[in-house]
Amino acid sequence: MSADYYRQMARIRRFEETVLEQFSSGLFYGTTHTYIGQEANAVGVLSHLAEGDIVFSNHRCHGHFIAYGGDLRALFAELMGKPSGVVGGIGGSQHIHWRDFYSNGVLGSTAPVATGAALAEKVQGSGKLAVIFLGDGALGEGVLYESLNIAALWQAPILFVLEDNRIAQTTPIELNLAGDIAARFAAFGIPVAELDSSDLTEIADAAAPLFGELRSGGGPQALVLHTARFGPHSKGDDTRDEAAVARLRAERDPLTIHAATLDEAERLGIEAEVADEVAAAFAQAQADPEHQP
Amino acid sequence: MERLNQALYSAFEQDARVHLIGEDLLDPYGGAFKVSKGLSSAYPERVLTSPVSEAAISGVAGGMALRGLLPVVEIMFGDFSTLIADQVINSLTKFRAMYNGAVDVPVVIRAPMGGRRGYGPTHSQTLEKLFLGVPGLRVLAPNTLSDPGQLLLDAILRDPGPVFFVENKLLYLKEVLGQEALAEYQVEQNTPTDSYAATTRLQIQGAPKPTLTLVAYGYMAELAREAQQRLAFEHEIFCELVAPSQLAPFGADGALDPLLLASIQRTRHLLTIEEGSYSLGWGAEVAARAAQALGPALQAVQRVAAAEAPIPASVPLERANLPGVDDIVAAARKMV
Repeated sequence: MSADYYRQMARIRRFEETVLEQFSSGLFYGTTHTYIGQEANAVGVLSHLAEGDIVFSNHRCHGHFIAYGGDLRALFAELMGKPSGVVGGIGGSQHIHWRDFYSNGVLGSTAPVATGAALAEKVQGSGKLAVIFLGDGALGEGVLYESLNIAALWQAPILFVLEDNRIAQTTPIELNLAGDIAARFAAFGIPVAELDSSDLTEIADAAAPLFGELRSGGGPQALVLHTARFGPHSKGDDTRDEAAVARLRAERDPLTIHAATLDEAERLGIEAEVADEVAAAFAQAQADPEHQP
Repeated sequence: MERLNQALYSAFEQDARVHLIGEDLLDPYGGAFKVSKGLSSAYPERVLTSPVSEAAISGVAGGMALRGLLPVVEIMFGDFSTLIADQVINSLTKFRAMYNGAVDVPVVIRAPMGGRRGYGPTHSQTLEKLFLGVPGLRVLAPNTLSDPGQLLLDAILRDPGPVFFVENKLLYLKEVLGQEALAEYQVEQNTPTDSYAATTRLQIQGAPKPTLTLVAYGYMAELAREAQQRLAFEHEIFCELVAPSQLAPFGADGALDPLLLASIQRTRHLLTIEEGSYSLGWGAEVAARAAQALGPALQAVQRVAAAEAPIPASVPLERANLPGVDDIVAAARKMV
């Protein structure tokens, strides 16, 4: 499993690097929000997902989608606005849906929708649960708190995953957020686990009991993951001190941390395979036909 | 009101996926305007009385709809529909298109609108014009000339959604007009389809050829009918009244309602009547489409609507702010 987790994280990393490298070539439309540095969150949390469970994601959705099992070629093609994209090029980078995965780019707007989706599963007795990824920026949106209240009142089977990368676009968390993140969930009576780590194993272990609660019929759970965003918010808008970002990369790289569990040859082999896989997906998407409206 | 209440009962009875979400829904209260009365006793599991969270309940309904339920949301006062705007505009109406047609969002959001009850500036408005022209949103408003219950039932059970269902508060007190009440009229009705709801056209039996088309929806259709009578019997101005129950979208090809178009082609004079404020409203869009369809054959257009000011609580002041029968009669007399 360890090697597989590494492969999934490497896939996300290489996908996002390719997006950033190729953006200036004009192949992609609109914008992107890369997940570089946060890969262990998506892979660790979603390692507990079962068939039919629901995932709601935000603007920074590529990592969640790939960890969910989404197709790299379809995601590249989506960014290229092509018919072969995840949603035919209509949604673009932030608005995709495949199987039980949904994303939307308006921060916090997904919270009530995901809560409703989880409630529908409960009403229909499917035994499925919902996982929603939110960033620290979404903590500024009021509808999130309305949703936490309803999720707790009506005992929706939903896991709120709050990825705190300490910066909302260009505004550091000190200028965005008063009070404590975990206490926000606790105030609604939602059990919350909190972790400051980029170690996939620690993240997966922290998520495990929350999934256990949900699968045994429990109400909403929350997981606060303090994390690090290595890249810009979207493309060229990183206003942070370069040395500080370099320090994050040196100290908190989830791939470097997880690589310690693998032997060198295995790691290099996975990286080479992933590089080929992503390059092939990119080339295929590039060759896919354009829309002819 | 009984028709709407019965429609909710029918929907609950016919399909176990139907759920109702809103504030203060539980019996004995049964919702602020009692449209939901009795449902929570009959279907306690499927009536969710909610916190005061209009944005969240509309989004929750969207999520339920994505996952196979048929939720109906009751917004206590239509004025609070401002609070659902993001969910409606950026989520509910976006999902089908932006997920490339892979999902439906069968949500019906019911909202009581309108004044004349002295509720003051934030509890008396007619705000549906803010939601007209949102791609993917169907906006319906029942009137007394066709069955409001059928309109609601079809919206809940048949429409892939989302639907914004506008209920004028004063219509709750009115009876749907039966054959007897309509005996003095020549009545024409379209055949509603899944994409276009009921429209009714009234013309007083035996009157001379009408020279003006009145178009109005919701409670204003009731006032327009009164005006139609007064214009005929007091001023010898004969009108056709057209009352659509679908405000948006316009017909499949963007055309004007066929009954309305035919009426304007006959009369060449159009008076639009609405309770929302005057500028940039439903009437303006109807007038524009009429002008596009008729060209120079359209001889005159006027609009009757509410003043562009907050609606006062004081009933005499409120009466001056909102369009009434006198305003319709006065506007019509200036036209023909």
